[in-house]
Parts: sequence; structure tokens; C-alpha cells
Amino acid sequence: MDATFFMNVISAGLLTGLVYGLMALGLSVIFGVMRVVNFAHGDMMVVAMYATYLLYTKLGLQPLAALPLVAGALFVFGYVLQRVLINRFLGVTEHIQFLLLLSVAIIITNVVLMVFGPDARNIQLDASFESYSLGPLVLDKVRVIAAVGAGCVAALLWAFFRYTTTGTAIRACADNPVGARVVGLDVEKLYAVTFGVGSACVGAAGCLLLLLVDVHPHLSSDYTLLGFIIVILGGLGSLGGALLGGVLVGLSEALSGVLIAPSLKTMFSFGLLILVLLLRPQGILGKKP
Amino acid sequence: MTAANLLSDRRAILLLGLLAALAAAPLAAGDYALSILITVLLQAYLGMAWNVMMGFAGQFSLGHALYVGLGAYAGGALFAHFGTPPLVGALAGMVVSAVAGSIIGTLGFRFKVMGVYFALLTIAFAEFTRVLFDHWNWVGASSGLFLPVSHSVNDDFWNLRGSATMFYYVILGMAAAAFLFSRALLGRRIGYYWQAIREDQDAADALGIDVFRAKMVAVIISASMTSLGGLFIAFYNNNLYPESIFSMHRSIELMLGTIIGGIGTLFGPILGAVALTALGEALTVIGAHIGIDGVKQIAYGVCLMVILAFRPGGLWPWLRHRLRLDGGRR
Repeated sequence: MDATFFMNVISAGLLTGLVYGLMALGLSVIFGVMRVVNFAHGDMMVVAMYATYLLYTKLGLQPLAALPLVAGALFVFGYVLQRVLINRFLGVTEHIQFLLLLSVAIIITNVVLMVFGPDARNIQLDASFESYSLGPLVLDKVRVIAAVGAGCVAALLWAFFRYTTTGTAIRACADNPVGARVVGLDVEKLYAVTFGVGSACVGAAGCLLLLLVDVHPHLSSDYTLLGFIIVILGGLGSLGGALLGGVLVGLSEALSGVLIAPSLKTMFSFGLLILVLLLRPQGILGKKP
Repeated sequence: MTAANLLSDRRAILLLGLLAALAAAPLAAGDYALSILITVLLQAYLGMAWNVMMGFAGQFSLGHALYVGLGAYAGGALFAHFGTPPLVGALAGMVVSAVAGSIIGTLGFRFKVMGVYFALLTIAFAEFTRVLFDHWNWVGASSGLFLPVSHSVNDDFWNLRGSATMFYYVILGMAAAAFLFSRALLGRRIGYYWQAIREDQDAADALGIDVFRAKMVAVIISASMTSLGGLFIAFYNNNLYPESIFSMHRSIELMLGTIIGGIGTLFGPILGAVALTALGEALTVIGAHIGIDGVKQIAYGVCLMVILAFRPGGLWPWLRHRLRLDGGRR
């Protein structure tokens, strides 16, 4: 195992980590604004992956072309879910909210199981077998595409919150919901938009991740947990934190995979989580509550 | 006789009647019905154990599968390797779980990890341990641990080898003991401390309650009780896999009944276990009738939502009111 090999492992981990980060961004946005922990996050991710799979196999649509469609569909799903269901449960205690989203998760997982069956599916693109050489580094082409895609979506999200009126209004709701109501903002609608935007992030992430991994219905709880690890590492509610957390988890997965055993990689992610919770509970980039 | 006495009499009669019916159940029940009853009692028992921590003391644990697994593996591995009697194994499991609980508790409470964060910390420890056991060869790693089966026709209570009827009475005894224990806890000083902390931790602190100590006691009691449930699972199933015993689904299943039944109440875990198992069985029958897999789970999810929307405090507080067991107060 020489230095080049490690460089390759590290860069692959970094690139995959960016896609993880995008997935966690969705979770972070929803929690940051509404204080709702979305336990159906991984399930929405799996739905997005299957949607991408369908679009590719039935319509021949490339994942990058399918991305806006999938993200848009997930936006609508999230918007409606917040409007008709979650909005009624905003004030209740954590464990009731948790169970509510859990029941959403159970329903989604089983619908996916009924429609697609339990087998793993994947897509093979021409690009799947190509790679870029960068000096001594060899980067898989699909991994680079996925990471760049994730970076672009994250940048769009940042611009949305920074420069659009709706984005600013949502930030106002997050800072002070009562104040937002006082100045006449339609908080319910903004919450729905937030849930939609968070879901769209997951949609985009699912689309990109299908370039890298196989999908099967039981991945959902793994992705939910992965999302939590990442946002807590980076700091719940912090956009940069989610990306940083994603990259860290991607790195730790890649390194523990080659250094110790691939099956132990989740243990290292959880170990990282425990460490951060104890040393810096608000997350690496999170603000003190 | 005063109204309060009458009320407690009605409750006592109801409870004794329930216990008598359950004690006599194996005489009438077939194998299938008995296995369902065991499931209900096990779920009720584990729910009561979780209830001590969450319902009484207000500490949200989402990783109770950790203690189930530790109890199951402590008793199971000692029995499989050395033939250690389950009672000794139970003690070992309770000690190990209490230690694990106090580590998580110390870290969580000292470092002020609260609410959702604390729940995630408990998941993290459970998942961490699951992967660890998946790679630990002495306990069979991911290929599982199997308990030696006895071929004797007689029930051997001290080694927990025997018929379903024996296991039924064991879990019935455990559930009854857990009920009485919970009741005793709530009536004692520590029970009042917990409720004070659950309602308002800062206020409890200001009143001079040692919050850290009270929360630690809750975690340790809850963890030890849960580990006994794990031991029962190990000896009842005769096989153990880290993937299922430590899984997050188990942690969720374990608390579901209590939340549905009524968190923080004594009867809630029992009623919730009955309601959820009945719902599950009914949906299995209906699902088999329709002939589409997955319909059961989807309907289960919808029913959960309906209960949460209309009875967020759980079924028992509502039923208690309808049965006028609360003297008409709300």
C-alpha cells in the first residue's frame, strides 16, 4: 500500500462524501427551520433512486438529465407531506413526531417493496467504466460527475437561501417563527416550501448516488442513520457543516474499508458521531444553542 | 366505603381478573394462540422497561436494542459455552447492561446531550455494538449464536429448556413483576424525582433534586430490566444474530407499544402491546385474504398515524377515562 493508493482511496472517499453531504443537507434544512427530525429521510432517498432507475431503464434518460425531474417530484412530495400531515404535528413532543415520520417511512418502504421487489438494482452507463487520470491519481468518471453534480446543487441551494426573497423569508422563519408571523409571512406555506426544498435535495442526492451504488428497498434505514450522523458531525442546521460532515463520513468509510474491513465502516462512522456528540455536541460548524 | 376505595377496588378486581385469565390461558389456548400471548407479554415487558426511562424520567432512548442484545448474548453465550445456568447469565447480563447504560448516561448527561441528540447518541451506541458483535467470533459473529437444545420431554426451569407453556409462565411472571416494580417505583421518592425532571428539569434542579443521579438510576434500572427481556428472547428463540437482536427496528418495536398505549402510565405498555399485536394479527389475516404482500405493513403505518393524530397521549388515558377508572377526572 503506497502513497498513490492512499491518495486514490482518499479522493474517492471525498467525492462520494460530497453526495452524502447533499443528502444530509436536506435533513439539515428541514431540521434547521422546523425542528422536525425527518425519520423518513432514507426512504425518500430510496424512492429517488428507484425513480432514477425507472427513468433510465424505461425512458433511457441519463441520471443527470433525470435529476431535475426527480428533484422536482420530491419537492412536490415534500410540500404536500408537510401541508397535509406534518404541519398538524409541529408543536407536539419529539417522540410523537418521531413515530409519525416513522409511520411515513414504513408506508414508503413497503410501497417500494411492493412495486420493485426486494432485489438490488443498478444502472450501467458507458461512463461507469471510464476514469480520469490526474497525475498519479485515477478518478472514476461517474464519481467525479456525481460529486460535481452534488456541489452544483448545494451551490444552488445556498444561492436560494442567500439571494431569493423566499429563501430570506425561510431564514426569518427559522430565526423567529413568531416574528415572521408578525411581519405577515405565510409561515405554513414557507414551512411547506422548506420541506419541499429539503426533499428535493434528497431527490438530487438519490439520483447522483445511483451512479455509484446499487439500490434496494432496505437501504432506507441505513441512509436515514447516515444522514443523522452527517448532520450531527457538521452541525444541525448548518449548510456548510452538512457538506463537511458528508466528506468526513465519506473519508472514514473509504479509509476504514481498505485499512480494516469494509463491514466495519459503519462502526467508524458511529464512533465519529459519538466522539463529536461528546466533544462538540453542536457539531463541528454548528453554533452554540 | 369512600369513592377512592371503591375505585381502587375496581382496579384491583380488574387486575386480578386479568392475571387469573392469563394464568389459565394455556389450558384453553392452542400452540399458535400461546405464541401470540408470549409475544404480547414480551412486548409489554420490554415496553415497561423502556417506560421507566422515557415515561417516568423523560429520557428519550432510541437504542434500547443495545440492552436487549447485551442481555441476550450474556446469558446465551455463557450457556452455550459453559452451560452456565440462565439465572447466573441473567445477573451477568444485567451487570453488563447496567454498565453500558451508565456509560451512555454519564456521557450523555454530563456532556448535556439532550432530547433528539441524546436519542441519536443511544442509537449510535446500539449500532456500534451491533457491528462489534458482527465481528466477534466467540459469540459466533454474523453467522449467529445457537443455544444447545435439550431433547428431554420434561421442562427444565433452571436451565430454561422446555415447552412453550413453561416460557409462557416465565414471561407472565416477568411481566407481572415488572408491573409491580414500576408501580412501586412511581410511589417512591425516586419516582417523584423522575416525574419532576420529566416535567421541568431546571425546576427540579432548583428544588435541590440531584438530577444527574436520578437520571442515572432510571437508565440503570431500565437497562437491567431490558436485558432480562433479552435473555428471555435468547432462550426462547435458541438463536441469536447481531443483525436482528441489536437492530434499530427492535428499538422501535420496543417503544411503539408504550407510546401507543400511553407513555408514563402503568397500564399503557400492556394495553399498547395487546393493541399492536392484535392489529398486526388482524392485518396479517386480512392481508392473506387480499393476497398482496406489503399491504399489511402499509395499513400498519396508516393505523399508527391515525392513533397518533387522534390519541397522541396514548390509548390508556382515554380508555381509563371511558371506564371511569380515574374517578371521572381528565
